[in-house]
Amino acid sequence: MHRGKGMKFVGDSRVPATRMPNIPKDYSEYPHKTEAFWPNFLLREWMVGAVFLIGYLCLTVAHPSPLERVADPTDSGYIPLPDWYFLFLYQLLKYEYAAGDFTVIGAVVMPGIAFGALLLAPFLDRGVERRPIKRPVATSLMLLGVIATIFLTWESVDQHDWEAAARQGAIVEDEIDEDAEGYQIYMSQQACINCHGEQGEGGAAAPNLFESDYSKEEIMDIIINGQGEMPADLFEGSDEELEIMAEWIENDGEAPE
Amino acid sequence: MLQKLYDWVDERLDITPMWRDIADHEVPEHVNPAHHFSAFIYCFGGLTFFVTVIQILSGMFLTMYYVPDIIHAYESVYYLQNEVTFGVIVRGMHHWGASLVIVMMFLHTLRVFFTGSYKKPRELNWVVGVLIFFVMLGLGFTGYLLPWDMKAYFATVVGLEIAEAVPVVGGFAKALLAGGEIIGAQTLARFFAIHVFFLPGALLGLLGAHFYMIRKQGISGPL
Repeated sequence: MHRGKGMKFVGDSRVPATRMPNIPKDYSEYPHKTEAFWPNFLLREWMVGAVFLIGYLCLTVAHPSPLERVADPTDSGYIPLPDWYFLFLYQLLKYEYAAGDFTVIGAVVMPGIAFGALLLAPFLDRGVERRPIKRPVATSLMLLGVIATIFLTWESVDQHDWEAAARQGAIVEDEIDEDAEGYQIYMSQQACINCHGEQGEGGAAAPNLFESDYSKEEIMDIIINGQGEMPADLFEGSDEELEIMAEWIENDGEAPE
Repeated sequence: MLQKLYDWVDERLDITPMWRDIADHEVPEHVNPAHHFSAFIYCFGGLTFFVTVIQILSGMFLTMYYVPDIIHAYESVYYLQNEVTFGVIVRGMHHWGASLVIVMMFLHTLRVFFTGSYKKPRELNWVVGVLIFFVMLGLGFTGYLLPWDMKAYFATVVGLEIAEAVPVVGGFAKALLAGGEIIGAQTLARFFAIHVFFLPGALLGLLGAHFYMIRKQGISGPL
């Protein structure tokens, strides 16, 4: 019998001259009840899938996926954390003999051995026995690997400062108080809005009003006398209104107490 | 009508053998939870595939709104999350599916391992399965950067630092993934390309091989 390269065919390449070995045993040879894949078994699988999907959707609705503030590469104080299924590797690299001068051990040697062994498992565990209890070496190594992975992930979650991370990543919204008297006065001054925007957010021609730390007196002085590209004497209201608006700007857009 | 259409195609392409290969076979008792409840462990592989299909579909819908550049990426995800009808559901399914697929694949791997199903003649299918595992981890890693928020950015910084620690090829691997020295615009574009084109292509090829081998060799017998 000939297999592989040079094998003979009858007619064309669809019909080999000799029957290929390794055709799986017909399941009717197993001394039990079999079931047709289509449609009987597939219908059961469909039901399992439906139950799974309900759980999946409940999870999705109950916990909307997280979104932190936009990436700021200059914020070096942020505590980084990979997604949960990489935590075991991240945690491994924190230990003394797997980090620093030994990073190669933690980043390459240990994961390399573990995943290499996983990839080549059929060639390492070549015995004919299939029951876990009959192949103690393979079974215990796999159990060790699973326990180590779970332990490392657990430790990583335990050591991470979740509250600090939530604070660091939170989306900060610069809300201004639109009911404040200062805002009403600001909105009546078209010259201010033209450059600083309706929310005082600034733009191409002018900075954000609330990102500076000027006092009320300094703000009034800038409005009256101008500064840089900002012209003088654009405010068209009474001195009292000017004072109220300056207080509102000093107070970062909130009405003063 | 439908039968006529089938006959018309079958007369020309002889599709009946294909149908028999795909669907017309028996499922043995020992993998059927209807006979032995403990056989539910044989569901994990199918559920992994189920979540994978959901990931592909939800991902296709996400790319209708997502913009892969550093100016608009975050804004587009924020818009998708807060403004688009059902956007929060579609993004949520893709987000949670990424975790579920890892969980189900892990359980499937353990089932195959502890039932010794990778033994002769199924060695190659195990190897392909582990490669699928690596591709899935790669999809998780590249997809995590795409929202371009704080955790995405700094997780990628850490991940690429680990890649850089690999001797000899580390620096090259990091430059290849990041598209240069800094992690920025080029990195996002590359991760998007890898996440949406390269790895799904590899995944579909490997899945095809995985399923072909299962049909060819049949499911492993009872313990």
